[in-house]
Amino acid sequence: MVERDIDFKVFRYKQGGAAPAYQTFRVRCDENTTVLVALQDIRRDQDGTLIMRHSCHHASCGTCGMRINGREELGCVVKVFDLNTSTVVVEPMRNMPVISDLVVDMGPFYDRFNSAGMPLMRESEFLDEADVAEGLEAYMRCENCIECNLCVSACPIMGTDPTYLGPAALAAAWRVVEEPRGLDAKPLLDWVDSQNGCWRCHVAYECNEACPSGVFPGDKIMSLRRELTKRKFRRLFGR
Amino acid sequence: MDDIQPTTDPVRPKAPLRSWFDVRGRSMSTLAFALNRLTAVGLTIYLFLHLSVLSLLVRGPESWDSFVALAKHPLFLLLDVVLLFGVVYHMANGIRVALVGMGVGHARHKTLFYVLVGIALVLFVVGAVLIFTG
Repeated sequence: MVERDIDFKVFRYKQGGAAPAYQTFRVRCDENTTVLVALQDIRRDQDGTLIMRHSCHHASCGTCGMRINGREELGCVVKVFDLNTSTVVVEPMRNMPVISDLVVDMGPFYDRFNSAGMPLMRESEFLDEADVAEGLEAYMRCENCIECNLCVSACPIMGTDPTYLGPAALAAAWRVVEEPRGLDAKPLLDWVDSQNGCWRCHVAYECNEACPSGVFPGDKIMSLRRELTKRKFRRLFGR
Repeated sequence: MDDIQPTTDPVRPKAPLRSWFDVRGRSMSTLAFALNRLTAVGLTIYLFLHLSVLSLLVRGPESWDSFVALAKHPLFLLLDVVLLFGVVYHMANGIRVALVGMGVGHARHKTLFYVLVGIALVLFVVGAVLIFTG
């Protein structure tokens, strides 16, 4: 097994401490070492004060979102050697308040996401024994959102406007509008039909690129706009 | 909307310019977005320059003629070419953003970008040649 020393330039910050800075750690990596594992090695062997979030180690829980070499990624599935750099820069996600080192406050994320209405279906509904309505497979993708915040971190408009609802919440809102299952979608459409709602998006589509689950939040925002445009036209012509 | 928790971060204040124009490691879509912003700013500045140049007309024919002579200088023509690029790019990408923004063709927004910006580049090359030879 090939092993190499890789430098990790890690964002460091502690509340009440000095201004944010980068600290470099050297870690022995092999071809199976992921960025998350390397960070855990740093925490275990070099600096126990390094703070990060993680849980499942297989891209299911969405807790280890971070910026790796300037891109939003889940640290648990990015292999260090695949990055092809001798120095790996690791930073917390953007556009959410940083709490400590690589951990951001997810409060504003869930504040928006929960307001949009939580997704209603789970993959378990597609088990053999489940009674699935015809055509329901078409609605699968949005259920795959793992609430990792990577789309929010990648969005250039989130970097401008602190009250923008953001791609994750808007995608969740579209999910409810698309397949309401008895819920009244009108209040949600009114919620997103605002300056800081779906019209605030400037079509950079970076959320689509960052999403590790194929939710494609950018497409969902455009679907919301199409629905609202239709609604406005109908209202204009008194229908 | 007012009760939404803001994403303000006192440790890392919002930096719109970096957020818009730092395209390192980003996709084609962000490049398109950044270029759209850049050309928008450039065209807005040009609009005011244009109005101030037009105001030379009220100072009489001499001042206008001297400006026209300056406008024929190759360096000035090069600025015209830059302006033309801003106009055709902003127009083409603007059509794409307007269409996609209304939910039309958003599943193929990258193809739409390549087609429309491809047309814009052809117009740009033809226009640039005409600026120097016409």
